Amino acid sequence: MKILNCPLNGPRNIAEFSYGGELHRMPDPSKCESREWVEHVFFNENKAGIVTEWWYHNASSYWFLAERNTVTDEIIRTFPASDVFKERVDFSKETGEAQE
Amino acid sequence: MPFGLLKFGLSKTYPAQHQFTPASTELKKHYDVVIIGAGGHGTSIAYYLAKYHGVTNIAVLDKGYLGGGNTARNTAVIRSNYLTEEGVTFYRESVRLFQDMSNEFGFNVMMENRGQLTLAHNDAAIRSFRWRAEVNQHLGVRSELVDRQTIKELVPNLNLSETARFPIIAGLWHADGATARHDAVAWGYARGACKRGVELHQLTEVQDIEVTRGRVTAVNTNRGRVGCGSVVQAVAGASSVVGLKAGIRLPIHSFPLQAMVTQPYKPLLTPHVSSPQLHVYLHQTSRGELVIGGGSDPYPLYNTRSTLDQKEVLAAAVTELFPFLSQARIMRQWAGITDMTPDYSPVMGLSPVENYYLDAGWGTWGFKATPICGKTMAELVATGRVPEIIRPFELERFYRFEQINEAGATAASH
Repeated sequence: MKILNCPLNGPRNIAEFSYGGELHRMPDPSKCESREWVEHVFFNENKAGIVTEWWYHNASSYWFLAERNTVTDEIIRTFPASDVFKERVDFSKETGEAQE
Repeated sequence: MPFGLLKFGLSKTYPAQHQFTPASTELKKHYDVVIIGAGGHGTSIAYYLAKYHGVTNIAVLDKGYLGGGNTARNTAVIRSNYLTEEGVTFYRESVRLFQDMSNEFGFNVMMENRGQLTLAHNDAAIRSFRWRAEVNQHLGVRSELVDRQTIKELVPNLNLSETARFPIIAGLWHADGATARHDAVAWGYARGACKRGVELHQLTEVQDIEVTRGRVTAVNTNRGRVGCGSVVQAVAGASSVVGLKAGIRLPIHSFPLQAMVTQPYKPLLTPHVSSPQLHVYLHQTSRGELVIGGGSDPYPLYNTRSTLDQKEVLAAAVTELFPFLSQARIMRQWAGITDMTPDYSPVMGLSPVENYYLDAGWGTWGFKATPICGKTMAELVATGRVPEIIRPFELERFYRFEQINEAGATAASH
């Protein structure tokens, strides 16, 4: 059994979690080119090495971030998304700076 | 006769061939075509370039050895019962080329037309099977919806109990389904290519790719710099890593897919059997072992370790289908890295770099595409024109939102 240390629930079996994709910068949908949006939606870095990515605890509906080594299969650290996102992201805003 | 046999045994030319390919030579300074990856795909591209297009100044480079990557790790399933017109047409041509492969090579790749049976455990699966059967038949591929009685005749050992966890209610029978010895496919292509002047360089890792003004000029390897007219990457399981060396990002996530093999049994299972709902598929090899596959890891990873979690899932599923396997001993287990695309179709053809060609995105459908991929990619590299049969799979499809959705027809992996 592989253990993932959830920032909210503590160490749990990794089977309780879902992988949620790489953390990358979201372009501003109202300003960016179509090609840039396509790359944001479909393309990945898919790196062999240390990556930062979204994870989700299924039972408690909690999203958080993890640093993981995709070669050695080691979880380096997990942390709440608030460590990266200092302000609430407002998706309803038409304009504004691109969000993480 | 005994004298003839003795003469043959003592002959200097016996055994006729020490190895499939000539001994490695020094790397030349320049090749017309450099192919990265000496698996089935890379060697078949070299083979068809040499055979049909007269291009022989080719180096096939591999950081490991011939056919040592996913060519050796796949579960050797050949079929064409996909869902989309583009997918079915493409894999149909591949199955056709497989059927003539032993003649083409002059040695036996152990192609066996066993047929493939996919199981439905619910109504939604039956609806999708009807759809696939219609599309397949329209395009000349043998697929039909079959009832429980026919399933019983095709696979007498299958557990058809109505009290099973997920009772089997129907099947999709694909008579064109087959298997072949996967290593032999790469050996045959490599031997045929080398006979025509292609150079195979094993233990030669491409570490860096030089791109100048949108064109590849050279690759840097652990054995030195090699200039090149064009480059093809055929590195299933490392598509993103190699692509990035040429500055190309791809729509791929790499996941390990785990499989295992039981002890040998007497012949008891003719077709390949797959259950998308139980996430398992299996067939019996000509050696008698049952190859059990389908366990995809739940998160991306470049590591071919096995996990007890996935092996338990496979074992639970396969013992539900074939209860006698609860006594089976597992002889070998392994994983291969699958380059999964969002639409479960490959990424083939042109890339953003002018003379750099992609043979990538082979999630769980790479082995069965080996011959058609080699033939069409060779045509592209030699003529610069994208063959119609692979045009739908180009990288640009994502920018036009024209994905080829084969998620439902891609066996049991996800």
